[in-house]
Amino acid sequence: MQGNAEAKTVGGIRPTVRKVKAYGGLKRWCRLLLQSKTGTVGFFIVLIVVLVAIFADLIVPHDPAENNLSGMLLPPFWMDGGSTSYLLGTDNLGRDIFSRIIVGTRVSLLVGIFSVVLAGIIGLLVGVAAGYYGKWVDTILMRIVDSFLAIPSILFILVVLAVFEPSIMTLIVVIGLTNWVSYARVVRSEVLSVKERDFVRASHSIGTKNTTIIKKHIVPNIISSFIVISALSVATTIILEASLSFLGLGIQPPDVSWGAMLTDGRNYLATNWWIATFPGIAITITVLGIIFLGDWLRDVLDPRNYFSKKGGA
Amino acid sequence: MTQQVQVKQSTIKAPLLEVKELSKHFVVSTNLFGKPKESVKAVNEVNLLLEKGETLGIVGESGCGKSTMGNTILRLIEPTEGSIFFEGQDVLNMTRAQLQEMRKEVQMIFQDPFSSLNPRMRVFDIIAEPLRTHKVANGKELHRRVYELLDLVGLDQSQADRFPHQFSGGQRQRIGIARAIALNPKLIVCDEPVSALDVSIQAQILNLLLELKEKLQLTLIFIGHGIPAVKYISDRIAVMYLGEIVEMADKESLFSKTRHPYTQGLISAVPIPDPSLREVSEDVILEKDLPDQRNLPKGCSFYSRCPFATEKCKGEKPKLKANEEGHLVACHYPLHA
Repeated sequence: MQGNAEAKTVGGIRPTVRKVKAYGGLKRWCRLLLQSKTGTVGFFIVLIVVLVAIFADLIVPHDPAENNLSGMLLPPFWMDGGSTSYLLGTDNLGRDIFSRIIVGTRVSLLVGIFSVVLAGIIGLLVGVAAGYYGKWVDTILMRIVDSFLAIPSILFILVVLAVFEPSIMTLIVVIGLTNWVSYARVVRSEVLSVKERDFVRASHSIGTKNTTIIKKHIVPNIISSFIVISALSVATTIILEASLSFLGLGIQPPDVSWGAMLTDGRNYLATNWWIATFPGIAITITVLGIIFLGDWLRDVLDPRNYFSKKGGA
Repeated sequence: MTQQVQVKQSTIKAPLLEVKELSKHFVVSTNLFGKPKESVKAVNEVNLLLEKGETLGIVGESGCGKSTMGNTILRLIEPTEGSIFFEGQDVLNMTRAQLQEMRKEVQMIFQDPFSSLNPRMRVFDIIAEPLRTHKVANGKELHRRVYELLDLVGLDQSQADRFPHQFSGGQRQRIGIARAIALNPKLIVCDEPVSALDVSIQAQILNLLLELKEKLQLTLIFIGHGIPAVKYISDRIAVMYLGEIVEMADKESLFSKTRHPYTQGLISAVPIPDPSLREVSEDVILEKDLPDQRNLPKGCSFYSRCPFATEKCKGEKPKLKANEEGHLVACHYPLHA
């Protein structure tokens, strides 16, 4: 269905060829997305979350840090005593939970995405180098990976966050630096299997340079699983950030994150359930959306689905 | 098939490829100090001379080292010992630049057409890769050349935009062949190029290879485990058993005056449409499997499976010797003596 129009030959030999884009245009992406129900759902959840994060300051009905001592522990609007101006109720200091969730989106997404980008880049480089070059490169890099794995990552993060001032930046760096090892291992094992395939040997026999082989043959064949793992670990990183903030080592007040909100609500869980429940739901929905999107990406990035897939992922 | 003058081994003057005492031993286990304790002799002191323009077939069972040998010729696997000369140049002691030049001249066609093409690349880029690597062509010239290659191997130009998975096995093999001939090589090592294909497609690919060989004046090494395909395409055939060449001769001579019992066994294993036509007395039925390649017998490597084996075969290894017709065999008691 793609490229048939220009495939017709003119006088035997086509003079020039319009280069078809590797993964097609925007239209094709939209069609592929709409073919998959979970993909569509995931995409829209993520889209909404991203938009909320970007425009948080414009959406919030109240200042998320503003205390309202006369309106403490208000329930959500549909319950007795609730108020429509505080849609999801207020916490123990009278702060609007809805506004705080909106602002918390920023931290969660920033930490989730950028620490995964950081970890992914390091892991990809190390994994490709170790897997492709093998021998002593592999030995040295993998021993480093092993020693990183031997350190309990939560302990490492706790120590670093105790030494350096917790901020979004330190969170990103510290989570990125602890998580790259898992990418490195996955990437390495994928590279090991790809580099034994005949097309890589063929490329060697042609005389293609190692760097070109890595770029053209190795990376394109491991990238889809890499993207899927990355998408899925954005989800786990959001949860990790929440747990760190829950432990009091993440985002510090007056900044807001979903994890920190869970901490705040913990003591009130029996009496005022809404304080902890809504940020929890926010985490769940976001993570679910990212996972859906990741699953869809895995299906779409496989060129075997490129032309034929009609059914949806 | 060709009007080629068959030249006897000893009289080849300027061979395209010369392989001397080539061995590849894969280390299975090492001792405490990292020295090899056990190794598999995949290729064992093989000598070959390849004349320009001929097709040398190499047959043998799975695991006899024929693919390993093909790979060492391209230096995809480094041999343990021996030397390889391509157009008089020592392949194993080449500088980077020399090796790169040789990579233009020697190409390979692979067995599995599903693994030999990058699933993420379009056919155009697959075929263009050697041209780009050696900066032979770019821009319009590159397009022209790739379409020319597609024509040569019998594919349609409109298929250049497709991915490998949209092709059948035979078509994929054609793409692999187009890639192999892109740089106008002198020698192509065909590593069982038809054994993964349907029988009906095999003939097409073999004919394509023959046609291209004529057109582009190629020299081929055709590795295969099926006698019929190798017989069809080759001018000269070498039979390998456990990493050694046990018989090598012109095609006609090899089949009409088979001298090694193992070769006879391979020929007998080919099913024939009417078994009553077969001279049963000549059949050698191969029994048992290959012996453990880590402990090869001291004498003739075929001793354990040979129906004619004697005490001499057990103790003394036969050397590869030629008779007056240049028919080489490594056997103490050759057939058709």
